[in-house]
Amino acid sequence: MSDTVQDRQINRSQMQVSDEIAIDITNMNKWYGTFHVLRDINLTVQRGERIVICGPSGSGKSTLIRCINRLEEHQKGTIMVEGTELSSDLKNIDKIRSEVGMCFQHFNLFPHLTILENCTLAPIWVRKTPKKEAEATAMHFLEKVKIPDQALKYPGQLSGGQQQRVAIARSLCMKPRIMLFDEPTSALDPEMIKEVLDTMIELAEEGMTMLCVTHEMGFAQAVANRVIFMDQGQIVEQNEPKEFFNNPQSDRTKLFLSQILGH
Amino acid sequence: MSDTDSQVTNAYFRETMLAQQTPPVTETGAIKWLRENLFPTWLNGIMTIVALYAIWFILSHIGPWFLNGIWDAQSLSECREIRDATLGPDASAACFAVISDRWQQLVFGFYPQSAYWRPTLAFFLMLAGLAPVLFGAIPRRWLTASMLTPFVIYFLLWGGSVWVPAFIALGFVVGGLTARVLGRLNQMVALIGTVLIVGLYWAFIAVPLANAVHSILPIGIMAIPSSEFGGFMLSVVIGMAAIILSLPLGIVLALARASDLFLVNKLAIGFIEIIRGVPLIVWLFTASLLLNYFLPPGTNFDLTLRVIIMVTLFSAAYIAEVVRGGLAAVPKGQYEGADSLGLDYWQSMRLIVLPQALKISIPGIVNTFIGLFKDTTLVVFIGLLDPLGLTNSIRASTDWNGIYWELYVFIGLMFFIACYAMGRYSMYLERKLQRENR
Repeated sequence: MSDTVQDRQINRSQMQVSDEIAIDITNMNKWYGTFHVLRDINLTVQRGERIVICGPSGSGKSTLIRCINRLEEHQKGTIMVEGTELSSDLKNIDKIRSEVGMCFQHFNLFPHLTILENCTLAPIWVRKTPKKEAEATAMHFLEKVKIPDQALKYPGQLSGGQQQRVAIARSLCMKPRIMLFDEPTSALDPEMIKEVLDTMIELAEEGMTMLCVTHEMGFAQAVANRVIFMDQGQIVEQNEPKEFFNNPQSDRTKLFLSQILGH
Repeated sequence: MSDTDSQVTNAYFRETMLAQQTPPVTETGAIKWLRENLFPTWLNGIMTIVALYAIWFILSHIGPWFLNGIWDAQSLSECREIRDATLGPDASAACFAVISDRWQQLVFGFYPQSAYWRPTLAFFLMLAGLAPVLFGAIPRRWLTASMLTPFVIYFLLWGGSVWVPAFIALGFVVGGLTARVLGRLNQMVALIGTVLIVGLYWAFIAVPLANAVHSILPIGIMAIPSSEFGGFMLSVVIGMAAIILSLPLGIVLALARASDLFLVNKLAIGFIEIIRGVPLIVWLFTASLLLNYFLPPGTNFDLTLRVIIMVTLFSAAYIAEVVRGGLAAVPKGQYEGADSLGLDYWQSMRLIVLPQALKISIPGIVNTFIGLFKDTTLVVFIGLLDPLGLTNSIRASTDWNGIYWELYVFIGLMFFIACYAMGRYSMYLERKLQRENR
């Protein structure tokens, strides 16, 4: 188990969960061809909630959060994001995507643009923010993830950890209401994981609604207010972190935890 | 800690560093270079000698012919007389006099001599117009001027009323306005609507309108029909027009072929495969002969323009395939990154995917352009007088009957210079983009 976040004091003053609903998924099903990847998913996320989704590979956890910003299409059930239903209407999809930030395992920065241009692109073209203002915002968030001095470099010149922090800053520049993280630390060297997790914790401390697919159980214990365990396309168990780790209910969860925490 | 540390008894350390020494003589300078590059092994040494002999053999035959070249004569027989008088009847000597005598014809074809300044000016305008497109160091605002150059060049070459190119250029303004107005409704509607309106404008409004304005305010220069175009001027007109038009068309076709929309996708595949599957010469014959059957009777659609259209379509199909390869090489994560930020299809293509795809495709695109430029010589088969076609008319005169090599060497050299320049530009561009973004 990673202990990279254990020694950190978490400031919980702003980490309050509101009653308002950010995401509401009901009876959602998805197939890849004939393969049933997600089965009857029901999940309600309140504003300010920090949810960690874990599970064995192939359990559908990445697919689940990719459905929330329609990188994957679901075939049955409904997904409501900030009051807008995800349907095939392109206008709705682009609107939801500009409200929902996403960080990928492999960062997906744009290699032909500088760090600053990566951060200002979407605000300028999607939000129609004036260039000056977008650059000021970008520098603000780059300072927040502690790499303002790299603003004029290209992504290829940065380390993995730095690239992932840029990716987080890039999403934040759109001032999203929800952040999705798809295994943000899985492609990083151990010493770079900490810097990315620190950035994510800071985000949590400011009350951002977050859904993270991750295997960083230290992060889950420190920050999450709910841990969801998925297997074979279903939500098997969900609980607050303390209960989830100390008192898992299902055998599948127990087995998974013993494997991931055991070594 | 453990007692292994204290058991190290024969510790060793150096107090003074050794000075650098010069490498052995056989490892430096000319000897090393010879050994590494020409004679690394016995077999390679033999191959070096054979290759040197081959080079000498070729040069010893071509060299004298080239260096003895006679530049000042009025006919082939005069060339031979000069050769016999100065070098003897068996000497090998090129008769480059044909080039100094007929170079104007090779460059301009049968274009009226009094108007030679027009294609010359057009050529330099073309270079000036291309510069901002090709080299990023030139300020971007010059690009606007670049967009006007094709119309000015058309006016210079074909002549006639100034209003015709002006009203055709106006079509782009009409298109821009339509796109802006319709863009508020829906992007697909805007795209189709713009193409439709601009197409109708060009087909039915532009030319009559230009004629009407011309009758009120006649401004123009002597009209020269394209049947009098020829030589390198014709090759450059067809080649450059097709290069400039086929790149955007090829990109659009590649996007259409990569599209999820069933009909768009299948139409693009059909178009590309049909164009690519038939030899260019067949399309050229189609342009020169068959097209007349399809066009309404009485329309006299300029043959050179028809050829430009065919060559453009032909090379667009190739460009589309090259760009498709580039599109496929852009990682899926880039599309997803752009999508996740809320960019719409055209934004993500224009800002994220195409810059990367085109960078990958540069060698293939330039390769296609080089092929296209050389293929312009095929127009000789439909009766246009490109440089190769002109060699026949030059030989048709009694003065130069029987001269082959000198003309072909000259034409080959001109094409080589143009194609080599394109190749070098492609390498420059690749290196520049490599430097800018690793």
